[in-house]
Amino acid sequence: MAVNSIGIAQKRVKRPRKVAEIGLIPEGSKRGRAGFWLYLIPGLILLTVVILIPLVWNVYISFTSWRGILPPTFIGLANWTALFQDQQFWISFGTSIALIIAMVVIPTLLGLVLAAMLFDLIGRKFNGSVASFLRATYYLPQLLPIAVASILIGWIVRPDDGALNTILRDVGLGALQGNWLGSPSTALPTIMVVMVWVQLGYPVVIFMAALQRVDPELYEAAEIDGANWFQRFRSITSHIIRPEVYVVTLTSTIAALKVFGPVYTLTKGGPGTSTLVPSYYSYVQFFQTTQVGYGAAISTALTVVIIVVAAIFLRAQNRSERLESER
Amino acid sequence: MATPDLTIAGSSTTTARVKHPRSRRRRPRSVSDWIILVIAFLVAIVVVAPFILVLLNSFKSPSDYATGGPLAWPAHLYLKGIEAFWNNVNFPLKLWNSVFISALVAVFGVAVSVLNAYALGVGRIKGRIWIVVLFLLANMLPQEAMIYPLYYMFKQVGLYDNVWAVIIILTVLESAFGTYLLSSVFSTFPTAVLEAAALDGASRWQILTRIIVPISRPTLSVLLVFFFIWSWNEFLIPLVFLVSNDNQTVPLAVATLTGQRTMDITTTSASALLGLLPTLIFFLIFQRTLTKGITAGAVK
Repeated sequence: MAVNSIGIAQKRVKRPRKVAEIGLIPEGSKRGRAGFWLYLIPGLILLTVVILIPLVWNVYISFTSWRGILPPTFIGLANWTALFQDQQFWISFGTSIALIIAMVVIPTLLGLVLAAMLFDLIGRKFNGSVASFLRATYYLPQLLPIAVASILIGWIVRPDDGALNTILRDVGLGALQGNWLGSPSTALPTIMVVMVWVQLGYPVVIFMAALQRVDPELYEAAEIDGANWFQRFRSITSHIIRPEVYVVTLTSTIAALKVFGPVYTLTKGGPGTSTLVPSYYSYVQFFQTTQVGYGAAISTALTVVIIVVAAIFLRAQNRSERLESER
Repeated sequence: MATPDLTIAGSSTTTARVKHPRSRRRRPRSVSDWIILVIAFLVAIVVVAPFILVLLNSFKSPSDYATGGPLAWPAHLYLKGIEAFWNNVNFPLKLWNSVFISALVAVFGVAVSVLNAYALGVGRIKGRIWIVVLFLLANMLPQEAMIYPLYYMFKQVGLYDNVWAVIIILTVLESAFGTYLLSSVFSTFPTAVLEAAALDGASRWQILTRIIVPISRPTLSVLLVFFFIWSWNEFLIPLVFLVSNDNQTVPLAVATLTGQRTMDITTTSASALLGLLPTLIFFLIFQRTLTKGITAGAVK
């Protein structure tokens, strides 16, 4: 899940120039640093066999027609031209945008508020362990296998006798009952709710750690000057935790573009195409309709989108860091 | 070290208190403070509500559920739902598969990460920045962009429907992240220690195994715990590679069996409970390590 790519911000660590040119261990032997390549060989071989070759191969497959049994036949750009005219392909990226709202926008904003509440207020005025307990609670869904988390929510929103519908009926809101995952208008919002629930703890934990860098004296000075909580947040906190905001939004956006488990376990992309996502769409092409070439084109397109998004983010982060240091 | 202490009354506030006696006094709590505390607890209740619902209803008979509804306390303890799921999917076997895969991936993943990071972070070999970018990229890619060629390759070498296919692939994916993280941790390793060891005539391999690994054990154990959880939670790769019942992992068993809508409501609840229980137990045991690890790297 999203934690899988923590640590982008480490790029910020600047190494002293002089040391960077030599290894950390003084070289007695004449072989020099080259000997270290030995340690990298197993890792590089594994990376090549399991990631690089399949990746390049997949790009090649996207230019072929392949049913998985006979050798693939080269068909040039046919898959790609079909892809750009494929309504379902565009719909699947539309769903991704909805998932970005559910996994990036809402959790980041809510996470900022919750982290500030826990750190600033509950941690200081009440008790630090209460804040830690709440943080751990928010984080719990992040650790669940996504398939299990989906089943859990799927069980609650079951049609007819599901917990949500039963509770709605019992409190006299029977009119609001619905076939949550079974009707096109509510299936995507239901999955979005699942993703908010899963994702929320991640920004809270990261932001709370970031807030520890804020100098309390700075806060107190601002308080004495009569700044209210929001003013302090805007002029002090938001600047200090900016790197973490970048990390969280980047990793969560990539995670949102990759969503597969919840769609597979809960809706299979349906009803109709209302919850179709690119990764599930390519999975169907690979393993169900065995249009391998077309599936490869979809997954290559998804890869390109992810790389472009990451590049834009890292660029924006570098620029904002430059601006920040020039201030 | 990349693992900061996360307790709220951490070092920064303590030093501020020493310098600034005024802040030692707890500020008075106003009504709005209490309201915010209540809101924070309400959010927590919403977050754990699904867990509580599942816990409550896994021990009910379907008729008990029908009469009492999802919020009632079980009329009597009913274990048939849990039993049914346990036996239907042969749960102990799925548990064993998951533990076996996750443990091996964690160990292999850390080992590969350490070797890579030793060359990149300590050895600072030429072109290391590009190599680190390569590993980072491997971590970012969608698995769908590799899955079909991998499926084809492993079928050719006879490792399809074999846990080792999953172990190999996950080891590479996770060590890609580990390499990235450890390279930067190792690059800040105290040079004086390494120089002293080199002067004493330690070889490269000895420096790695006798000095760097023992000293960075806290970071490595955080990595180990995370690799275990990530492998446990992995879905697409086991789904594609482990087709026979005997090879499935816990999340896969829960997802595929629950997909069949024929299961009655409390058995479904029991399946979700059994699916989340291992994670919950793991969370309670390793809570401190986990909270440290989540922020490793992001805070530096």
